[in-house]
Amino acid sequence: ASLDNARHLSSLLRAVHFQDHATCVATASGLRVTVEDAKCIQANAFIQAEIFQEFSVQEESVMFRISLSVLLDCLTIFGTSSLPGTSTALRMCYRGYGYPLMLFLEEGGVVTVCKINTQEPDELLDFDFCSTKVVNKIILQSEGLREAFAELDMTSEVLQITMSPDKPYFRLSTFGNAGSAHLDYPRDSDLMEAFHCTQTQTNRYKISLLKPSTKALALSCKVSIRTDAQGFLSLQYMIRNEDGQICFVEYYCCPDENMSEAEL
Amino acid sequence: MKCVIAGGNVKVLGRAVHSLSRIGDELYLEPTEGGLSLRAVNSSRSAFASFLFAPLFFQLYEPGSTGPDTELFRCKVHMKSFLGIFRSLPSLEKSVGKCLILLKPRASRLVLQLHCKYGVTKTHNLAFQECERLQAVFDTQRCASRLCAPARVLAEAVVHFPLTLAEVTLGTGPGGKIGLRNYVEEEAGESCRVRGLPPTLGCPSAPHPPRFPPPELSKTMVTELWLAEDEFQSVAMAPGSHITFCLKEFRGLLSFAEASNLPLTIHFDEPGRPVIFTLDDTVLEVHLVLATLSDLESNSQSPSTNGVSHLPAPSDDFPDDLESYMVAMETSEGGLEGPPSPTFPLRTPRPAESQPEEEEEEEEEGAVPGTPPHKKFRSLFFGSVMTPGRPGPATSQEVLAEDSDGES
Repeated sequence: ASLDNARHLSSLLRAVHFQDHATCVATASGLRVTVEDAKCIQANAFIQAEIFQEFSVQEESVMFRISLSVLLDCLTIFGTSSLPGTSTALRMCYRGYGYPLMLFLEEGGVVTVCKINTQEPDELLDFDFCSTKVVNKIILQSEGLREAFAELDMTSEVLQITMSPDKPYFRLSTFGNAGSAHLDYPRDSDLMEAFHCTQTQTNRYKISLLKPSTKALALSCKVSIRTDAQGFLSLQYMIRNEDGQICFVEYYCCPDENMSEAEL
Repeated sequence: MKCVIAGGNVKVLGRAVHSLSRIGDELYLEPTEGGLSLRAVNSSRSAFASFLFAPLFFQLYEPGSTGPDTELFRCKVHMKSFLGIFRSLPSLEKSVGKCLILLKPRASRLVLQLHCKYGVTKTHNLAFQECERLQAVFDTQRCASRLCAPARVLAEAVVHFPLTLAEVTLGTGPGGKIGLRNYVEEEAGESCRVRGLPPTLGCPSAPHPPRFPPPELSKTMVTELWLAEDEFQSVAMAPGSHITFCLKEFRGLLSFAEASNLPLTIHFDEPGRPVIFTLDDTVLEVHLVLATLSDLESNSQSPSTNGVSHLPAPSDDFPDDLESYMVAMETSEGGLEGPPSPTFPLRTPRPAESQPEEEEEEEEEGAVPGTPPHKKFRSLFFGSVMTPGRPGPATSQEVLAEDSDGES
């Protein structure tokens, strides 16, 4: 695969970089990088084949585990500043099972070659989240959530998400040392692009697991928030890169088992 | 209590909270008929700030109902929690349209609700503690000297002093000039004085005649700044007067004053008596009272610094809201206009002393943060209980708040 601007890849990978290791799956449609934690949360970054200048996969799919930290360090080896006009060109090769991932990075005539060892891929969680099972769904403009997520009361153990066809429609709540805080988004808000809630649901998720999604939120222009009957949460972020191309990052999270009565 | 703050005033409230957060760890809220008062005091009780927002400041102001015997409800909250709501001033300005504050005594919650752009509502339910009235004892009428300047002038002056500087001395100079100088402890010995005379501030017409001992090498840099009288809106200073106070706590108020474009008035008396900074507006009244270092020379004249009495060493666990004590602290300093001799001030901490008419508990105060252990500011004026109906003026150390522990 080759990419004119490595930032198209590195910025997306950073949005899911909350664990050291990631599983990469390359298929004809593109590259998917998955990061998981605690068997409760999974983040996926999708980079479609169309984003690449060249993308070919010889087998049906190839899958390997790799250190995401090292991969990001290599991709940004020429620095992370994004001066207009300068970009790092990337060429990635993976020969197959057992072989390292080769990266050729070039900027301003300087070429760097990186070889990153790959590992056995882990079994990935399947949240079994499909559109037919979705109970509540909203699409919001990211601008409205960014500040809220960045300022979340981290002394709270959980982030409680309430979605309902009635008031408060969409509410994010934290219960921290100072007291409780609620952030309400009305269904007719300008930020609300789509509002399809059929049932009132209140679910709690460990805030430490969801906090990394703030990075994806910061990059995105829109986010879709969906829950299913079991309270599993799907956050899908639509990210527009420098060239205007669209990529997706999604986060799946299990609800926190230790549900206790919500504070007033 | 219920009140609603709209539009640009939300940011003013936010800035007030930021200022108060520089003083203490707890924010005291006291709704009164005259407005909502937010107050803070520092741990060593040497700094007190209060912001009184008149009913006109609010879109809606209901202090709450009071019976003939009950007072309006007041409480205190953790400064950090309250500050967290107003942390980002630019975003307050950009996105918050309205702020609702609701005190729910029965639910033990102070509710702050911000109505933001796009219909978004942020509701914070903060835990609070009931508290007694927090009031510093001071009277601006009794102060011998008064200065009034646009905040900008003072801010520009203060910027020359390092951020870590604890105390600064303000006093009169020759030709009616007003000077600011960082307070240096005597361990530093004689210090090498560096004159800071930025051209933007009033420059004295002639160099200051050398009245200080010849400069010697020292690790301490002394910065001295002189302002001409015409920089100030009004000057009424007793000649030879000077006071030394903590700069750190003053900076918080200064940034508020600068942002609000209000002139700042400084009331002070002799060293050892508190200095009072006030900001006045149609809808807002701000007071910052800071303890000042008392002067060795002025001891004999000022009755308040005299009288060493031996009191039982007070215990450390005072009720939060009710300490009252006066600690006379002995330091002396080469004043800006003092006799040339005391460049090696004696430092003899005195035991706690009492005012003759007081029945207060006293305590050896811990050092003001940022100063060496044996150095103490005369701490402020917190009176203990005042029974309603007693005459007002806060000049004597009248008790103004209930001592839940009872008087000693």
